[in-house]
Amino acid sequence: MARITAGIATSHVPAIGAAFDQGRSRDDYWGPVFAGYDWVKTWEEVEKPDVVILCYNDHASAMMLDVVPTFALGMAEEFEPADEGWGKRDVPVVQGHIELAAHLAEQLVLDDFDLTLMNNLDVDHGCTVPLSLMFGKVDEWPCKVIPLAVNVTQFPTPSGNRCWMLGEAIAHAVESFPEDLNVQIWGTGGMSHQLQGPRAGLINPEFDNAFLDGLTADTDGLRSITRLEYLRESGTEGIELIMWLIMRAALGAEVEELHRFYHVPASNTAVGHIVLRPKAIGAVAQAA
Amino acid sequence: MRKRPYPLSELEDIPGTTVFTAKRSREAYHLHKFCMSLMDPANRAAFKDHERAYLNKFRMSEEQKRAVQDRDFNTLIDLGGNIYFLVKLSNTDGWSTQRAVGSMTGMTADEYAAMMRGGGRSPEGQRSIREGN
Repeated sequence: MARITAGIATSHVPAIGAAFDQGRSRDDYWGPVFAGYDWVKTWEEVEKPDVVILCYNDHASAMMLDVVPTFALGMAEEFEPADEGWGKRDVPVVQGHIELAAHLAEQLVLDDFDLTLMNNLDVDHGCTVPLSLMFGKVDEWPCKVIPLAVNVTQFPTPSGNRCWMLGEAIAHAVESFPEDLNVQIWGTGGMSHQLQGPRAGLINPEFDNAFLDGLTADTDGLRSITRLEYLRESGTEGIELIMWLIMRAALGAEVEELHRFYHVPASNTAVGHIVLRPKAIGAVAQAA
Repeated sequence: MRKRPYPLSELEDIPGTTVFTAKRSREAYHLHKFCMSLMDPANRAAFKDHERAYLNKFRMSEEQKRAVQDRDFNTLIDLGGNIYFLVKLSNTDGWSTQRAVGSMTGMTADEYAAMMRGGGRSPEGQRSIREGN
């Protein structure tokens, strides 16, 4: 049986990818950012996930113009890095897991989540920057990846509570997949930041740290945060944090915090990173 | 009427902020189509070679075309644009996202970078126009 063994959250700032690709990851500005990910890189070498379900948002690279899906699941054998205006990142092609993706597509729609299924999808920094942060510079990514893109750009995004419910459904779907797979789920984006208008540059460490605390201590509180509250408190792009709730919900009622990192700034953004372990691995479906 | 947690007019109450909606998305459709065309190196070269001629291939408003040529990101957002599309333009120019974003604040690039290094813009006084908090 497949099981979700851990959840990871991280910001996915494009400038982090640029610093990584250009060999600036240990300079004065970027050194403290990348140092926050040394722990997880070592840990992942031991964990060796078979598949990562990677919740991210497309930044007008493959979607958002002609089609604006609320939840879009990547079904393909592979996903090419997108050219976001300065050439493709020199990172490996992301390899999908078509059997588990098809199973998720089936189970999640049966559970009343009206997914969009992407048979062809280029992935942008939202997907590839977290992979670089967790696995470093590699010739091939060490695991399969199922991208799950969420609309966090065009109002109304899904609510935080809806994301939570999707995460719960993902846990059930994974646990009903017969193959023995070590699955991780990642929530990316955030933390507080605003990339537009005279209020650009907004950072709210109090909100961010309360959110990090809430992932273990007050998940009901996090589920009830409204879209308006995200926009006011964490900036227009801070609402990406709803994707962390998909990850968190997929881990079941109780989790152990293994690692946490918070740093301001990376370019325009507050960087947050947390690694969580479910207290009862594989027990979500039984508990229901 | 179905119950909502807050009236949507509240979205207009955040200082210095434009919430990107389906209506705005449609108003900026051709602007955004132009932006996404810059994901192709050949199109980037054609745009750089003759900006106006390239822009004229798209059914954008005159105001949108002028704001693109001026790299006036606040006006592009007023005209429906969203930053994730617009950074395709600033990336084509070789700008960092921080430079593009900072250009909307009335600060110089150095001033904005210094503010971010100092911890960013505090939310105090930036949450609500009505409440002033």
